[in-house]
Parts: sequence; structure tokens; C-alpha cells
Amino acid sequence: MTAMPQISADTLANMEKQRRRTRISSAFRYSLLIIVGLIMVYPLIWMFGASFKTNAEIFSSPSFWPKEPTVQGYIDGWKTSTPYTFAKFFMNSMMIIIPKMIGTAISCTLVAYGFARFDFPFKKIIFSTVIATLLLPNVVTRIPQYLLFRDIGWLDSFLPLWVPSALAGDAFFVFMLIQFLRAIPRDMEEAARVDGANTLQTLIYIVVPMLTPALISVCLFQFMWTMNDFLGPLIYLSSVENYPISLALKLSIDTTEAFAWNQILAMSCLALAPSLIVFFMAQKYFIEGISTGGVKG
Amino acid sequence: MAELQLKSVEKMYGNGFKAVHGIDLDVKDGEFMVLVGPSGCAKSTTLRMIAGLETISGGEIRIGDKIINDLTPGKRGIAMVFQNYALYPHMKVRKNLSFGLKLKRKPKDEIEASTGEVSGILEIDELLDRLPKQLSGGQAQRVAVGRALIKSPEVFLFDEPLSNLDAKLRASMRVRITDLHKRLRDEGRPATVIYVTHDQVEAMTMGDRICVMKDGHIMQVADPVTLYEKPANAFVAGFIGMPEMNLADAELTMDGTPKLTLAGQTITAPADLSARLNAAPGPVTLGIRPQHMTIETDGAADAFSGVIHNIEFMGHEVNVHVTIGDAAFIAVVPTEKFNLKLQRGDRVGLRPTGVQMHIFDKASGENVSLAE
Repeated sequence: MTAMPQISADTLANMEKQRRRTRISSAFRYSLLIIVGLIMVYPLIWMFGASFKTNAEIFSSPSFWPKEPTVQGYIDGWKTSTPYTFAKFFMNSMMIIIPKMIGTAISCTLVAYGFARFDFPFKKIIFSTVIATLLLPNVVTRIPQYLLFRDIGWLDSFLPLWVPSALAGDAFFVFMLIQFLRAIPRDMEEAARVDGANTLQTLIYIVVPMLTPALISVCLFQFMWTMNDFLGPLIYLSSVENYPISLALKLSIDTTEAFAWNQILAMSCLALAPSLIVFFMAQKYFIEGISTGGVKG
Repeated sequence: MAELQLKSVEKMYGNGFKAVHGIDLDVKDGEFMVLVGPSGCAKSTTLRMIAGLETISGGEIRIGDKIINDLTPGKRGIAMVFQNYALYPHMKVRKNLSFGLKLKRKPKDEIEASTGEVSGILEIDELLDRLPKQLSGGQAQRVAVGRALIKSPEVFLFDEPLSNLDAKLRASMRVRITDLHKRLRDEGRPATVIYVTHDQVEAMTMGDRICVMKDGHIMQVADPVTLYEKPANAFVAGFIGMPEMNLADAELTMDGTPKLTLAGQTITAPADLSARLNAAPGPVTLGIRPQHMTIETDGAADAFSGVIHNIEFMGHEVNVHVTIGDAAFIAVVPTEKFNLKLQRGDRVGLRPTGVQMHIFDKASGENVSLAE
């Protein structure tokens, strides 16, 4: 046996120093991250805590922990100051979100598949037009759109809020799906064609399953954006019975003389819940979907 | 029957590039035809045109007596095995196999019977409930072959199916595919196969006949032995064979007997070559396979004198690299016949044995030493 090479005391000391330095550095980095993270998330935590406080306590204590927890804010808030309960507003939101989400997924898939896989006359110009609408600020089209929907007679209905999106009106999603499709090799589709599938069958049986992560991201984005959309419903919906959650929250500020902040906060917590639940359920696919090119061989 | 015919088939791309220049090819029923050539020779394009994945710019493709030019791939009676398997990633092996039959709305029990039969033949029974990502390369390739086999197509198309496998697996899959082809033939349901590869070993070992392509032209269609022994032109001669055939510029003179001059040295052409020579005197390309030259002492009669610039010892044989004038030659000599004392820089004589010696027209590259 040969003797192990002697490690000098110096080297050992150096290694120890190195290790200590690494430990201090990571401790510092993590503390900083935790502090900044807490600062960012504190308003949310405070809101959640405050929703269980009485209206008086909200302004008397900066702590988020309620002294005398009560669910009165939830009970009163749910009833609202209108003839409807909050359930009605949740319903309204869903009546917009669900057709919009399904429509977006179907229409954007069709459009993206066409652009990504087929050659047709004027493809470049048409594609540029689609991308150009992506760059167009939303406000620019508000007035012409409003006039158009007024003439069709769609005002104060849910239709202007979901029909454009359900007809692939959101260029962002089309673009996102095209990028995702470009990263998927064509071999599988060719194999399906050799197997006797027509274009639609190839799309449904082969492309859509491979596109699932991207489609989930599309639905998730559409869900969250629509849930949070305030301007759209504000412009097109006039009667309270059609209000979605975003408008209903504002409603409780408008109509009460002394604002019942605990009710508003309680309902805000409830309004956040669907987005959070949907996000955490789909998180795994969502991340796979937005990191384009994530096709496993 | 499943005969495949290509008549003046052309492929022109939108940018005016002509990839395939009016090729004619007849593949007999049950024949294993290999398309081989360097990359960019349009062998894959030709295959994809047969499959219907590329449009045909001119000419006609027939399977049996029906013209398939404008049929969709699914209606051509073909099945294809892709280079990177192209298994449907979200379907289990069982569904991958049966997808084609399901689209044809075959009854369930028939699909199940076919799946069972095919998985038995390819020994993939235990893989049926796995997803493609849980398969090794060799297993995935077998499933891909199974997916083609289950459709009982008239023509099988293989697009470099073994190029993603390691050398050992490639050798065993090669045997498996040829065995399968023979087995189908023996069972009375011969399968016509078009097999694209760039690997001449695959081409030589698998094909009943081989079609050598270059730049969208067919250079020669023949069985492996003919291709090796009687290459129609210098390209085929250089492409087939390991190490490749020595090709060098030489001068042919007819002075009673044909004589060859290379780098200022003149030898009398071996009798075997003279008998089949059909060329006019003048500059030619001389082709000699490395296996058909002997190493002699310098100055031996009818041998070219050259300098050894490298010796590769392979075990059973030795590759001797010899420079004659500007031309580099390789001679492959059995180890027991090689004088192991020879070294780099030594002068030796290289004597063609005459067997497999070819003379090619300098301009056209045609073999002019094939007269009977």
C-alpha cells in the first residue's frame, strides 16, 4: 500500500476558510431573498388577516393577526348591497371565462396549426398582420370596437367580452402556440398521415396531445387575465345583474356611504381564490408550457 | 400485385432547385431495394415522394397498376419507418401499433389479433403497455417496424431506420429486418421494401438489389455482387467497397497489348483486364480495389513503384498507404503475406492482380472495361 499523500495544514485551513465563506455568502443571500419576498407578499397576507377583523380594528392595528377573529365580513360581503349575492357575480364571471377559455384554446390551436404547418398564398403578410395586432395598444381599438358591438346590439351582454377571443382574436396566444409547434418535430404528424389520418385527425389525435402543456398555459393565462379584467366589463356591461367579480368589488365601494372595508377585503380574498386554485393545480404543465421547446424525445 | 414503378420522376422545389432529375426505377414484387448514396443525393426525397409526403413535380409513380401520384399517403398502401422512430409520444405502444387500423375503422377483435401477432413477431409483447419514452432505442425501432408491419402494406418504406442506433444494435437490427423480410416471403405474403440508407454496409448486406444515387440521378441499379464486381461508373466504384477503390488518372496505350502509364511508369495491363477492355487509347481513370494489389519488392515487373507513407495494422490484415507520383493508393494485404519489416518511407512495387481492375472513361466516368 502506498501512503496517502499528506495534506498540509495550510491546505486544510484554506479549505475550511473557503467553506465558511460559502456558508456566510449563502446565508446572506437567502436572508435578503426572504426579506424582499416578505415585503412583496405582505400586503396579501395583511389583506387575508384583515378580512377576519372588524371594520374598526382594520385601522387601529397594523398587525395582520386579528385580535377578535370574525367572519362577519364574509357574511355581510357575500350578501352585498344589491339584490344579488356574490354568488351571482361569480356566476357571471364564469359565464364569460368558460366560453372564452374554451373558444381561445380551440380557435388559437387551429390558427397556429395553419401558420406553423401549411403553406398558403400571402402567408407572410397575413402572419405579419396577426403579429401587428399584438403590438397594437388595446385602447386604440376600444372605441371602434364599442361602436361595432353597439351596432350589432351586443351591449350589456357577455358576448363582446368573449366572442372576439373565442375567434382567435388574441394574437399573443396564437404566437405562443406557433412557437411551441415549431419546436415539435413533424415526423409524428407525417407518421400519422402515412397511417391514414387526414389533417383534422392529425391535429386532434397527434398535435393537440403534444400541445397540451402549451394549451394549459393558454387557458391559465386567459383565465387569470379575464378574471382580473376590469375595463372590458366596465365598458360593455351596464346592468348590475351582469356584473362580473371585478366590477362587483368596485360596486361595494361605490354604494356604501361608510366603506365596509372588512367586507371588501373578504370578497377580494374570495375573488383571488379561483385564480390561485387553478394556478396551483396546473402549475406543473404551466411551467412546461411557457418554457417553449420542452419536447421530450 | 405490389410492384413499384417510378417513371421519369422529378422533384423541383419552389426556389427552382431540381432535386430529382427524372429517375426510372422498377422494384419487383417482394423485392428488397436499397436506395443508397451520399447525403444530398435525393434518396430520402425520392422515398418521401413515394410515401406521398412530398409532391411530385413530374413523372409517374405506380404501385401495382394504380398511379399513386395524387393519392394521400394513407391511401397509397404504404407504411413507413422513420429515422427517429416518430412514435406518438402520448400513446402507449399498443395504441401506437393500432392507430392506423383504428383510423381505418377495423373491428376491435381484428385490431387486437393483429397487435398480438405483430408484437409476437417483433418480440415486443412485454412493451405493449409502455410509453415511447420508456423504451430503449432498439425497442422503439422495433415498435416503429411493428407499426408499419401491422398495416400489411403493399410497400414498406424505411428511411435510414438504423442510423440512430449504436453499432452493435445496428448489426442485430439489420439481421432482424432481413429475417423478417425473408419470413414474410416464406409465408407467402412477400413484402416489397424500399430502404434508404447512406451506409454501404447496410446496403450490401440487406438489399436484393441496390440503387446507387448521386445528385438526383440514379448511377446504377444492380444486385450487391454485380455492383461490387462490375461498377457501371467511377462513382459507384468509389462509393461501394471498404476501403474505397483506388482511383487515379492514367494513360492507356495500345501497343499490341494494352499498357497503362501512371506517374511516368508503364506496365502491361493484366490479361484479365485486357480481355474485357473496350476503350480507346488516351487518358483514363484507373480503378483498383485495395484488396486486389500485391506488395512486391521495388522494381518488380508490371508493378508501379511507390513510397509507403503509412501502415495501418488491423490484425488480420494490413492497410498499406502508398504514394505513386501524386496518386495515393491503399493496398489491403493479409497479415501473413505482409513483410512486417517494411516501414514508412520504404520503396515498394504495387502490382495489380487484374481481378476487379477497372478503366473508366475520363470524361463521363463510364466503366469501359466491362466487355464480355
